[in-house]
Amino acid sequence: MQPSPAPSRSNLAGWLYVSPLVLVLVPFFVAPILVVLAASFFATDGFGGLTPGFTLASYVEVLHSALTLKLYLATIKFTVLTWVFTLIIGFFVAYFLVFHVRNQLLAIGLFLLCTVPFWTSNIIRMISWIPLLGKEGLINQALLAMGVIHQPLEVLLFSDLAVVIAYVHQLTIFMIVPIFNSMARIDKKLIEAAIDAGASRFDIMRLIVVPMSKSGIALGTIFVVSIVMGDFFVVKVMSGGGSASVVSAFYEDVGVLQYPTAAASAVLLTLVLVAIVSLILRTVDIRQEITR
Amino acid sequence: MSDGTKGTFTSDPAGTGARTDVKSTKKLSRRTLLKGAAAVAGAAAGSDAIRGFPTIWAQEIKDIELRHVGVSYSVVKAIGDQAAKDLGFKVTMQNLDTSAAINRFISQPNTVDIADLEGWQAKLAAKRSVIQGIEVKKIKEFDNILPIFTKGEIDGHKIPRQGISPYEAMYIAKPDSTDLNDGVTEWATFLPQVYNADSIGYRPDLVGHEVTEWKDLIDPKFKGKAAILDVPAIGIMDAALCFESAGLIKYGNKGNMTKEEIDFTCNKLIELKKQGQFRATWTTFDQSVQLMAAGEVVIQSMWSPAVAAVRVKEIPCVYAPVNVKNGKEGYRGWCNGMGLMKHLSGKKLDAAYEYLNWYLSGWQGGFVGRYGYYSPVPSTAKKFLTAAEWDFWYDGKPAPEVINDPYGVAMEKAGTKRDGGSFLDRVKNISCWNTLMDEAAYMNKRWNDFKVA
Repeated sequence: MQPSPAPSRSNLAGWLYVSPLVLVLVPFFVAPILVVLAASFFATDGFGGLTPGFTLASYVEVLHSALTLKLYLATIKFTVLTWVFTLIIGFFVAYFLVFHVRNQLLAIGLFLLCTVPFWTSNIIRMISWIPLLGKEGLINQALLAMGVIHQPLEVLLFSDLAVVIAYVHQLTIFMIVPIFNSMARIDKKLIEAAIDAGASRFDIMRLIVVPMSKSGIALGTIFVVSIVMGDFFVVKVMSGGGSASVVSAFYEDVGVLQYPTAAASAVLLTLVLVAIVSLILRTVDIRQEITR
Repeated sequence: MSDGTKGTFTSDPAGTGARTDVKSTKKLSRRTLLKGAAAVAGAAAGSDAIRGFPTIWAQEIKDIELRHVGVSYSVVKAIGDQAAKDLGFKVTMQNLDTSAAINRFISQPNTVDIADLEGWQAKLAAKRSVIQGIEVKKIKEFDNILPIFTKGEIDGHKIPRQGISPYEAMYIAKPDSTDLNDGVTEWATFLPQVYNADSIGYRPDLVGHEVTEWKDLIDPKFKGKAAILDVPAIGIMDAALCFESAGLIKYGNKGNMTKEEIDFTCNKLIELKKQGQFRATWTTFDQSVQLMAAGEVVIQSMWSPAVAAVRVKEIPCVYAPVNVKNGKEGYRGWCNGMGLMKHLSGKKLDAAYEYLNWYLSGWQGGFVGRYGYYSPVPSTAKKFLTAAEWDFWYDGKPAPEVINDPYGVAMEKAGTKRDGGSFLDRVKNISCWNTLMDEAAYMNKRWNDFKVA
């Protein structure tokens, strides 16, 4: 490297590098979140009027409510279930594409094929489960016709099961892509060497593939967890309104103009998500893994 | 994404166009047109230019655009298109769900010209000073608006004021007052344009008896086959009607419950949910149609056009006539009107008044009448309905011929009678109105308890 140019100039260059990101993040992320943060400390007249000021009343209300705990438990239940299934499916799809499809062109072709369903809207993909899972849906009709059941299964639709199915269907791609990406970087010679040294397939998986896909798994996890925890629409539709989530609850608050409590819940959720993401980042040093 | 709507009448097959042309083409003067008199006067093709206005006026208004914002069952594109055609300025209809709409009126009032308001929203909008009073004198048909709205009565029958009745929300003392005025004044918060009475929809073949009481919705017989509406402010009223009907509680005012009443209602709902009474809850018109049509439920709280939409699929479905009896039952009424946003002034305000007057001049009343909703000025709507349509929709008589929906699709066979009877039978049996309770925040929280239970 050259001995440093004038420090001010390198400073300037640094600012120029980050400026596009800053220009996007400040107006579209920092500013709105500050507004929400400010609103969470305001008082309200109950009819949508906000009184600027500083009160912790909304936080006290949110944190003191048994409802908050129930909502978080419900949301975390959906998050964990979705995470487990997307991880298992996503991992093995990526594994198959990287290690079992010999032809690289074919692998990339198949990989792109995985993304095809995602060209349609989330909502369409979710709603198309309804005629399949309903009381008079295809699955129930088939089972009834085969004589396996005598009453249609109600648990298929408007249930937690339906919610998880819809999430897994929507979000598996977010696992496949990063895991595929990190697996593709694993040097095949490493695997060959392991085989030559007598490692079993399980050992290869355990000692080489999984540790070296960690960054992909972590990235996928961040996507899936933050999407599920920030969603309410899938829960609303697929549970038939039978379940709620953290977000659906404060969406209802906004509906009756209770802005401060909604804002406080939103801030709380943001904090929880930040905690989860930093926990993931502590476990896996994504930056190091990516630049590897 | 979620769309708390009662109907999505968005497509506009040729049928409407044809009908409208006959009614409104020809160079009628604005006045005659608004009176809606002698409208069937032949057709002048290709007349989307500005009709009926003096040229100067037409020049001045043609650049005006009115943005009418609200829920899809009330702010209908086909109606806006017709208004634009008749009035010569641009009308843009924008649809949002109820909660997004009121949030927009309050937080971005300048992005809206005409606000679609229910009574309780009019109360809020006035309180937040985002609307200006409508000068009653400038509304030509004002005296012909049914007294349900203007005086709180009809045929000597007092309209109940549980919840926020349109009459209660109708007046303010001065154009910029923020509090409602009890009693008639010269200034209105909103101008009613469409309303109806909601009740229960059910499958007569699977329920097995005629439903005339709300308590059937919570009858254990229909365990796992019932559904209710999941818009907390309205859903809780339907639940209250059920519990009152079953004799479990007597409310002081269903439309403005005390905390204890809210607790009782939500606890009871949670109990029912745990027993598996509800197959689902629904939030949009389409969801309610699907639940019924797909055989998921046999009885649910439902809106009149949704029942019709199920029947169009050749699935039997009845809209329960829940007439008031023994101080119980009754329909839950709702009414959407138009409010003038505060920023309107000058020519744009003039245009807005033209628009309001056009709404009450009959075309719109005829249009909404064809899917079972009512106009506050039936006398003008009548001119835009055929005699058969009037008999069926308003008089509750057997349909003399096949009845079509607003887009010309056959809807009811000849001889069918409208569920719930005539217009007067229905509106006189409204026992409460859509509302926003004083304890809305608490109610909402308890409703979420029900959801997550």
